[in-house]
Amino acid sequence: MASSRAIRSGAGRDPHAPVTNLVLLRLLVSARLRSQLAYRGSFLSDVAGQVLLGLTEFVELYAIVHNVSSFGGMTFAQTLLVFGLASVAFALGDLLLGETDSMSETIRSGKLEVLLVRPLPVLLQLATSDFQLRRVGRLIFALAALAAALLFADVTWDPVKVLLALITPLAGAAIFCALFLGAGAMQFWILDGRQFANAFTYGGRYVASMPGAALFFPIQIFFTFVIPATLVAYAPSLVILGLDGPAGIPAWTGWLGLPAAVALSGLMLLLWRAAIKKYTGAGG
Amino acid sequence: MHAYWELAKSSFRRHSTYRTAAVAGAFTNSVFGLIRASLLLSAITTAGGAIGGYSAMEAATYVWLGQALLAPLGLFGTAELANRVKSGDIAVDLSRSVNLTASYWAQDLGRAAFDVLPRGLPPLIVGALVTGLAMPGSPGPYLLGFVSILAAVSLNFLGFFAINLLSFWVLEIRGFWMLYMVVMNLLSGFLVPVAWFPGWLLDFARATPFPSMLQTPVDILAGRTDGGESLAMVGIQLLWLAVLLIIVQMMVRFGSRRLVVQGG
Repeated sequence: MASSRAIRSGAGRDPHAPVTNLVLLRLLVSARLRSQLAYRGSFLSDVAGQVLLGLTEFVELYAIVHNVSSFGGMTFAQTLLVFGLASVAFALGDLLLGETDSMSETIRSGKLEVLLVRPLPVLLQLATSDFQLRRVGRLIFALAALAAALLFADVTWDPVKVLLALITPLAGAAIFCALFLGAGAMQFWILDGRQFANAFTYGGRYVASMPGAALFFPIQIFFTFVIPATLVAYAPSLVILGLDGPAGIPAWTGWLGLPAAVALSGLMLLLWRAAIKKYTGAGG
Repeated sequence: MHAYWELAKSSFRRHSTYRTAAVAGAFTNSVFGLIRASLLLSAITTAGGAIGGYSAMEAATYVWLGQALLAPLGLFGTAELANRVKSGDIAVDLSRSVNLTASYWAQDLGRAAFDVLPRGLPPLIVGALVTGLAMPGSPGPYLLGFVSILAAVSLNFLGFFAINLLSFWVLEIRGFWMLYMVVMNLLSGFLVPVAWFPGWLLDFARATPFPSMLQTPVDILAGRTDGGESLAMVGIQLLWLAVLLIIVQMMVRFGSRRLVVQGG
């Protein structure tokens, strides 16, 4: 603890020790957090807004489900498990890399040049430059929904399912991070194309939080094998709940979340590097 | 009056320069339409044919009309005024010889007029091809629907304008903005038809102006309501228009006395 306090205050650190990215990361994040907590009223209203956002996403699902006995072959508690897993994954991804979604503004306003001249990876700066603690509000609601789902959905647990339930939110978060990264990279080529990327980031979130069997067959295929949105929560939920999937999302895809996250992250990182290389300045 | 017409026209031209954005928006609205239509249709199939008075075809039509009208109706709003308060440019706006609300309103109508075709038509075409659309055959619903759309554009504009005007009092409107967006999206019937809500939420939604901002024009255009009922719904829209207009005018009046322009 003593060492972390020393880093934060800047005192006591060996002045000749090289400043690693990790040290800088901690400095940047803690500075961000303190600045956001300084305006307590504004911060709390932001957090409340984020909780409410999660709540309306839930009501949106509930408004459909309360009309039917089963939705996409799932009971209400089972759909809540999908919703909870997807919400936790999205909240984490949004917290880390949600900022790349507005890349076109960063490019247009010339902020990117400022980031590029600093001796730090651009991505690290983006993740910390606007580390929005208010987005934690969304995570709080998501965790509550997930806890309720685990309580109400009858799951016969075994070690394998526990393992899957632990991997799933993290793999899902990585998938959303990768999608946000791809959305950011895409905006280097199509400056006005932010909404285009929303079809995959926010569209992905929407698909991820709903029972995949309720989707049209081609949509199932697209959002499983091209944009792996159903792998975030629905497919693993099939395994955890012991259900059979629809034709486009068979139950064995429940284990594809992690490999998909790794593959997609790698691809999107390559795309991001290509995008940064391609950047020639906005005339700033 | 001529000044406002010119403002509307120049706003139309301004938005017509962002073609890529329009294409991207139309694409995304169509993708979301596919997802939403499939979810609602799946629920209706399970329920055995209809939910809340919507058959499969009617629910699909509701989704596609909603996705098509989303951009023209201005459901995402703009924070232009709040940004101008932040930068101090609001001082220029207030010293102009046009009414503040009316000048922004005219510009928003110009934007809406541009958005109708490039952002509205693609989702309808996708919808017609994928699920089919159940549109009325008589001219009545379209005429009344046009009036209802105009009213809804104005209502959405005034709602967001009121949130923008809060920046006369507070430094950061993001929290209010978020709160408004979240509640409006749900209660306007954009996510799920208002008629699908559980009873308590339905009653609550109907006591707010939000269904008038999207659900009403969509229902009228789809011919879900007959002539008399549609007229009554447009009447409710106009009533809310008057209420919001009074609120906004009061805010401009008292707010501009309070406003301290910084920077400048």
